[in-house]
Amino acid sequence: MAFDYEQYLRPGKLPHIWCPGCGHGIVMKGLIRAMDTCGLEKNNTAIVSGIGCASRLPGYVDFNTLHTAHGRAAAFATGIKMAKPEMDVLVVGGDGDGVAIGGNHFIHACRRNIDMTYVLLNNYIYGMTGGQFSPCTPVGAKASTTPYGNPDPTFDIAKLAIGAGATFVARTTAFHATQIDKLIAAGLRHKGMAIIEVLDDCPTAYGRRNKFRSVIDMMKRLKEIAVPIKAAAHMTPEQLEGKVLTGILHQEERPEYCEQYQQVIASAQGD
Amino acid sequence: MAKKVALLQGNEACALGALYAGCSFFGGYPITPSTEVAEVMSKELPKTGGKFIQMEDEIAAMASILGASLTGAKVLTATSGPGISLKQELIGYACIAEIPCVIVNVMRGGPSTGMPTGPSQSDVMQAKWGTHGDHPAIALVPASCQEIFSETVRAFNLAEIYRMPVQILLDEINGHMRERIEFPEPGELEVIDRQQPTVSPADYKPFDDSQGDIPPLASFGSEYRYHVTGLNKAADGFPTAKPELVDAEERRQLRKIEANRADIEKNEEYLTDDAEFIVVAYGTISRSARYAVDVLRKEGIKAGLFRPITLWPFPEARMAELANQVKAIVVPEMNLGQMILEVERVTRRVCPVEGIGRVDGEPITPAQIVAKVKEVL
Repeated sequence: MAFDYEQYLRPGKLPHIWCPGCGHGIVMKGLIRAMDTCGLEKNNTAIVSGIGCASRLPGYVDFNTLHTAHGRAAAFATGIKMAKPEMDVLVVGGDGDGVAIGGNHFIHACRRNIDMTYVLLNNYIYGMTGGQFSPCTPVGAKASTTPYGNPDPTFDIAKLAIGAGATFVARTTAFHATQIDKLIAAGLRHKGMAIIEVLDDCPTAYGRRNKFRSVIDMMKRLKEIAVPIKAAAHMTPEQLEGKVLTGILHQEERPEYCEQYQQVIASAQGD
Repeated sequence: MAKKVALLQGNEACALGALYAGCSFFGGYPITPSTEVAEVMSKELPKTGGKFIQMEDEIAAMASILGASLTGAKVLTATSGPGISLKQELIGYACIAEIPCVIVNVMRGGPSTGMPTGPSQSDVMQAKWGTHGDHPAIALVPASCQEIFSETVRAFNLAEIYRMPVQILLDEINGHMRERIEFPEPGELEVIDRQQPTVSPADYKPFDDSQGDIPPLASFGSEYRYHVTGLNKAADGFPTAKPELVDAEERRQLRKIEANRADIEKNEEYLTDDAEFIVVAYGTISRSARYAVDVLRKEGIKAGLFRPITLWPFPEARMAELANQVKAIVVPEMNLGQMILEVERVTRRVCPVEGIGRVDGEPITPAQIVAKVKEVL
């Protein structure tokens, strides 16, 4: 039987704002399947976002949803989780939102290892404002503010998250639709900060400036650059040139922040 | 039974006032001269089962309290100087999304790093106009440690009643000054909790104004489920760009203040009945002003004090009334002329309005005020 997405969508709030060919809808479907798999209750779940195309996602899904200010989603989400740890808290957003203006909040949420699941849709461009380069835009790529090619080095979000202390870090692409929900579900089950980066495509703001003739070309690229982390173990550095690793890249157990704070409460109350 | 008393700093009194009001979440970032508020909360909140979090920056601290408030918690943050500048972004978010919260600003000299350990009253206009866009503002300016305690309780009440951010403006002097405080018994000061929706979850709209200008705010994690955005929104909380809806929403937000001035506004008067000269002063400097009024009275000069306790909304009706009675108004403040603009505006300059500004990190003395009143005689 076909999966019933509508039970999780808000009636009257579609169509979404995303352009034809944008991968965000694929990720939203994966997110819905993952939340269904994990049995998240609508009333007990909060989905928080910042600003940008990806940050419009929460408006379409029927949970407690909070569309905050640019970059601030992880900090708002931290307040929700800290005040009501029994809630399931997710963050959804893009690359500019998450690791440029929101970079400080991103790394500190990772460091605290607070129990949230952060789905970062990385389309390596500021789409909503018309295609300016982000910290994830490839070197040399064209954006509306890099007319001569991007001189800026690129963030590796997964490495950033691991370095900052996230205890679950995974990556996939919008092409690998079935892997999206599996990784998000694994992140939801993980106790602690889970980062799931989904490489996505923006045909409107990125593709047309960077010689992608069609959305299909962009999808093919996502397929070609992705290498499962297990397969990568048997590949040479030359073979891995220009590739990105996918799957669960990092997982460890470390005390979760809200549980740690319960010990503070116990100490303060003299238990 | 004798009341419990203590010798407390204003910042400490503020934190304890917040606990009295039922604050259960504090998100902060260290900054002089406000840090004692955070220090007391870090110690006292977990004793009550509440949560203290020190965030990675000022903006995050503000974000954390807004997230926590949406779960139903009464929330507080405290900051100073550059910190309040950073918080403006999300003070605007709290305004448009109508999220109750209390923000303490222990004012220090500026702009920028300025004088971190020097007193100032230079955030008068920032408290009203700091964040972009039209928005309502409530800012309280208590003068003594006892009043800091009670006005902090009232700040929480106003935030919860009017579903908006409320700022408490202290300055480095009354934030750090120690005074004797009598603790009110539980129940002695009114503590008001957030109105909860009574409609069914299916019918709940977080900005439905059909029952009044202040729609009830449900808590995340309850049986009510809804959307919140920083975009202009319709009654259901979802974005809208329809001119008539945006206009109605913006006007409703300002009406929360304008229609309820009698409930929100507060001021104190000292010897104003027969006064021919009025000193208008707030916070710490109102104490110099009161002393100056006594000195002037001893010399046979009919001086009085008008002390706003709500700076925003400014107690303008009474101020305008007094202006018609007196020969001149003197406005001492630790800035180069901020509240005086409001005094001039609301009195329509029916009498001379003279300011005393001081920004050297020292308080305005009674002698300065006495001299100024004699100058305008």
